[in-house]
Amino acid sequence: MLNNKKFRDPALIKKIVDDLNNWKKPIKIMEVCGSHTMAIGHWGIRKLLPPSIQLISGPGCPVCVTPSSLIDELIKLKGVTIATFGDLIRVPGKEETLEQARAKGLDIKLIYSPLEALKLAEKKQVVFVGIGFETTIPGIAQTIFLAAKQKQFNFSVFPAFKLVPPALDALLSTEDIELDGFLLPGHVSVIIGSESYDLLPEKFGIGGVVTGFEPLDILRAVKLLTNQISKDNPQIINEYNRVVDSSGNKIAKQIIEEILQVEDALWRGIGWIPDSGMGIKEKYAEFDAAKKYNITLKDEEGNTGCRCADVLKGKIIPPECPLFEKVCTPAHPIGPCMVSSEGSCAAYYKYER
Amino acid sequence: MKKEIITLGHGSGAGLTRKLISEIFDKNFHLPTLDDGVQIENRTVVTTDAHVVQPIFFPGGDIGKLSITGTVNDVAMTGAIPKYILITYIIEEGFKIDDLRKITESVQKAAIDAGVKIIAGDTKVVEKGKADGIYITTTGIGFLPEKVELSSQKIEVGDKIIVNGNLGDHTVAIINARQNLELDPAPKSDCASLNHLVQFMLKNGDVHFLRDATRGGVATILNEVSDDTGFGIIIDEEALPISENVEAVCGLLGLDALYMANEGKLVSFISQKDENIIDKMKTHKSGKNSAIIGEVTNEFQGVYLRTSIGGLRPLLMLESDPLPRIC
Repeated sequence: MLNNKKFRDPALIKKIVDDLNNWKKPIKIMEVCGSHTMAIGHWGIRKLLPPSIQLISGPGCPVCVTPSSLIDELIKLKGVTIATFGDLIRVPGKEETLEQARAKGLDIKLIYSPLEALKLAEKKQVVFVGIGFETTIPGIAQTIFLAAKQKQFNFSVFPAFKLVPPALDALLSTEDIELDGFLLPGHVSVIIGSESYDLLPEKFGIGGVVTGFEPLDILRAVKLLTNQISKDNPQIINEYNRVVDSSGNKIAKQIIEEILQVEDALWRGIGWIPDSGMGIKEKYAEFDAAKKYNITLKDEEGNTGCRCADVLKGKIIPPECPLFEKVCTPAHPIGPCMVSSEGSCAAYYKYER
Repeated sequence: MKKEIITLGHGSGAGLTRKLISEIFDKNFHLPTLDDGVQIENRTVVTTDAHVVQPIFFPGGDIGKLSITGTVNDVAMTGAIPKYILITYIIEEGFKIDDLRKITESVQKAAIDAGVKIIAGDTKVVEKGKADGIYITTTGIGFLPEKVELSSQKIEVGDKIIVNGNLGDHTVAIINARQNLELDPAPKSDCASLNHLVQFMLKNGDVHFLRDATRGGVATILNEVSDDTGFGIIIDEEALPISENVEAVCGLLGLDALYMANEGKLVSFISQKDENIIDKMKTHKSGKNSAIIGEVTNEFQGVYLRTSIGGLRPLLMLESDPLPRIC
């Protein structure tokens, strides 16, 4: 039974919107998570807010921050089935996408759960593409654990996991980033807990609200941010406390701790960020596709004129990219932000034109 | 210039499919219409369709039933009464005879239910690995009653847009069966022939245009109509009939029921003076959950959705198959 109606109550929404429409000082709030970007577009929230409150999208779409060299390396794999979540298949590599490579014979299976990939491995060599943030990492770690238990050596995972707090640290440490607050990702926070963002007020003097994906969640979070901005009292508030607690999910953290370790990670459009990803521990090396197939990722995005890097950092909004809507469309994405349904450019193309 | 190749997206029924039709097929065939069924001589309507589905058997139907209902519906959407079907099986070496028997019995049952006769067919067997089990193509023939003329050109400002029931059931049933999502109860495909409902609607109201909402879903049809007529369309999110099962799967996977394939749902454009037709549709077994979802306007162009919180967003044509998101 879905019980989302109360988070869509038009009367309550109107009350908050009317209140927010009195806000005069120009502020920039970044939604870190792609699902928030989609929800904001889906509900038409940007149009309900005054021009003084600017919502901009951040680096929280896992597909968007996956480097093109990962696609190129996957396409080179021979004699294996590549198992991946759906929206990765249209991400452009240097020459082509996984979808185009599939049309030429690359064996790709779209799956909805990593357990499906493990099942596939009963019949053939399978490489599961391990992309995603803290939300998806525990499920994949658990699958590696099961593969080890079953001694299913046909199965391996290419680890391209990303962690949100180190990315925010790196983002805010970059010069000329001007942000006044964050909408923090609800799903990620279920795993890591709201206290994981304490560095935002403590190190950078910026507040954030952990929030859900219903319109009232998002609008309440914006309201809470304007309150703390007006009082100059940056802090982390957990608006999504019906799902998220301060310390996160202990069991999920345990399985991650067992299988994975923090490593530097390559972010498309941003580059290498220290300690912002996870690799597979030596104990489970037989399930590490990077080792099994000797894959290393290179930071060599071509110069396409695409400004996804600036979009991911919140420096520009998608329509400010010269390629947006002209040569870069969901049918022919040049940059990764146009590929995934959660990418900022795709969301703007779909909802905000 | 890179050499372009066919990808699965070209079969999505969305923008890439339209591009293929306009740039390749229409350039050669000069098709008179993009409608699925076309009127030839003496008020005879013909249509043809190919059916490819995995899994072949799914809750609510199978490839056999689908091949009949899909073709019956393509004929029915022109307002014609479907009468005859020609059927071709392309079977992969190694396919189980028992399954072929089951599928064929299902074909026959669907034909009887719809009141059509199978009048001819063909069978081809291809080598192992050259097909995905079984493909079926069907050609349908029907006859258009006197005075029935449906066309997007008949659509007027103020027309009500009515669908005959819940959206997205077929896609969710297939996703659940294909991906072992283990939804309980397992969602059923809406796979059904709509010819009886269409004739019932024609008797009870001023129907301007009909289309069955298969690949590309309702949103694709609305965009095609808007392109075709130059009118705007506004849809009310609150009015959309969508089951909780489908809504939950959409939320989980980042999909949108308005773009999902249906196999027993039509989108109709009805004269505003006959909007009460919906009460009658609800008495028909194929129209129990009918709903007025929007209307035609000349105040703007394109298709827009009014969200349940009062926001407004464009409902664009997708370029390709929607993809489930990662998280």
